[in-house]
Amino acid sequence: MENLTECLAVRNLELWYGTFQSLRGISLGILHNRITAIIGPSGCGKSSLLRCFNRMNDLIPGSRVQGEVIFHGRNVYDAGVDPAEVRYRIGMVFQKPNPFPKSVFENVAFGPRVNGITDNLEEVVEQALHRAALWGEVKDRLHKSAMELSGGQQQRLCIARALALEPEVILMDEPCSALDPMATLKIEDLMKSLAAEYTIVIVTHNMQQAGRVSDMAAFMMMEEDRAGVLVEYGPTPQLFTKPRDKRTDDYITGRFG
Amino acid sequence: MRDGQVFQQHLKLRKFRGSVFGLIFLASTMVGTLVLIVLIVDVLRDSLGWLDWQFLTSYPSRKPEEAGLLSALFGTLWVMVFTALFSFPIGIGTAIYLEEYAPDNRLKRLIQTNINNLAGVPSIVYGLLGLSLFVQALALGRSILAGALTLTLMSLPVIIIAAQEAIRSVPGTHRLGAFALGASKWQVVRNIVLPSSFPGIFTGTILAMSRAIGEAAPMIAIAALVYLTFIPISPLDRFTVLPIQIFNWVSRPQADFQHLAAAGIIVLLVVLLSMNAIAIILRNRYQKRTEE
Repeated sequence: MENLTECLAVRNLELWYGTFQSLRGISLGILHNRITAIIGPSGCGKSSLLRCFNRMNDLIPGSRVQGEVIFHGRNVYDAGVDPAEVRYRIGMVFQKPNPFPKSVFENVAFGPRVNGITDNLEEVVEQALHRAALWGEVKDRLHKSAMELSGGQQQRLCIARALALEPEVILMDEPCSALDPMATLKIEDLMKSLAAEYTIVIVTHNMQQAGRVSDMAAFMMMEEDRAGVLVEYGPTPQLFTKPRDKRTDDYITGRFG
Repeated sequence: MRDGQVFQQHLKLRKFRGSVFGLIFLASTMVGTLVLIVLIVDVLRDSLGWLDWQFLTSYPSRKPEEAGLLSALFGTLWVMVFTALFSFPIGIGTAIYLEEYAPDNRLKRLIQTNINNLAGVPSIVYGLLGLSLFVQALALGRSILAGALTLTLMSLPVIIIAAQEAIRSVPGTHRLGAFALGASKWQVVRNIVLPSSFPGIFTGTILAMSRAIGEAAPMIAIAALVYLTFIPISPLDRFTVLPIQIFNWVSRPQADFQHLAAAGIIVLLVVLLSMNAIAIILRNRYQKRTEE
């Protein structure tokens, strides 16, 4: 691979919820314009790690972070950094589609609006819907409730909602786990086309999905009373075919998890 | 093969039991409904011939045929408007603070417990509190303002609790979605939480208000049992309200005043029902708009 730079650099990241330690000494670099998958069994801390990137863990009372997440040369946890600024540039898509009970248009316009972008809103919305491969399906019902869309459409709407802010990174937390196989396929195709312009990090417990879409893969695990360990991180083909760590091998060959 | 006869017998018994319970529940429903119907029919019959334009546009009088409830009707409307003005913003503000801003600590739990308990305090206690606090200590006198502030105190706990429940019913994933787009706390509250919870908040407020303006006890403590022969024109004027007027007429021995009381009850019911109707219409309209 040619001349890849790190978009997000995680250094010795530790996370606690109260007294429970959820991440332990995580270090890895998320590459520009690549899809990085974080895989591992339930409860291993992969979603927690994802939520560290845009400081969503801040919203959980009692959470505490140590270490660094470097984005554009600056630690997002520095005292002078506002979480809203981080989230403005690092978008997120959740496990269950969570459109707001507003119109399709208002859903996509929400991000620009709250961040003070009100010029050419219609154009911004249309473009975001185009990029999320949803425009054709919703262009005649822009002002109808988003709740009437199908699950897959709702999830693409949530992706469009994130894209409307033109973020650099899109975090996806098991974005297909509530969708049927056809809708899942559409989202995966969408992710691949988005990777040309965006850096994507996806958490998934679906190994095939990680294999299909990702360029890089990180395998996380919990050990007895120790959650949040990064076992192995590398190019996806290598991690899947020639894992260096026996625990990775056991997991991907289905011996546990 | 199992014995099908046992199943059949048992099935009959189960169905019979089900229908018996159905009847019991129907009977309980009917008790309340029938009593209400009897009550309304009785009041309507008593008021027959007394509820007319003259009744609505006259001041109270010693002569039943000349008496009306103009001053009480205006007093109720005044008090209602001011109570809404005070209790709506304070109630919603408190609910938003407790649900969205307050850290989950001892102080919050203490406040919450107090609010829950205050919702159960008898209304006369609020009347006496209002009498000593607003009428005397703050020297507002037996004024509309004092009455409205008293009813505000009385209805606040109910409004707060209803608003909190409405706010709590907004899915957390909507809040997270908005935060993830860089929204600030206030933007999340203003654009996500409030629009979704508004119908519930509104209904709770209107119900609390209708309960408040139907109260006689606290209002008697504040306004006292008076015959007012003028329409209040400022919030610091003395006033009387429909329940006081009704109470006044009911306590008179002459039969004619009983008819006046019945007519007054009808007017009060109409005021309450139109308030609820307005609430329902506004709520439906708002709901439709947010769903579009």
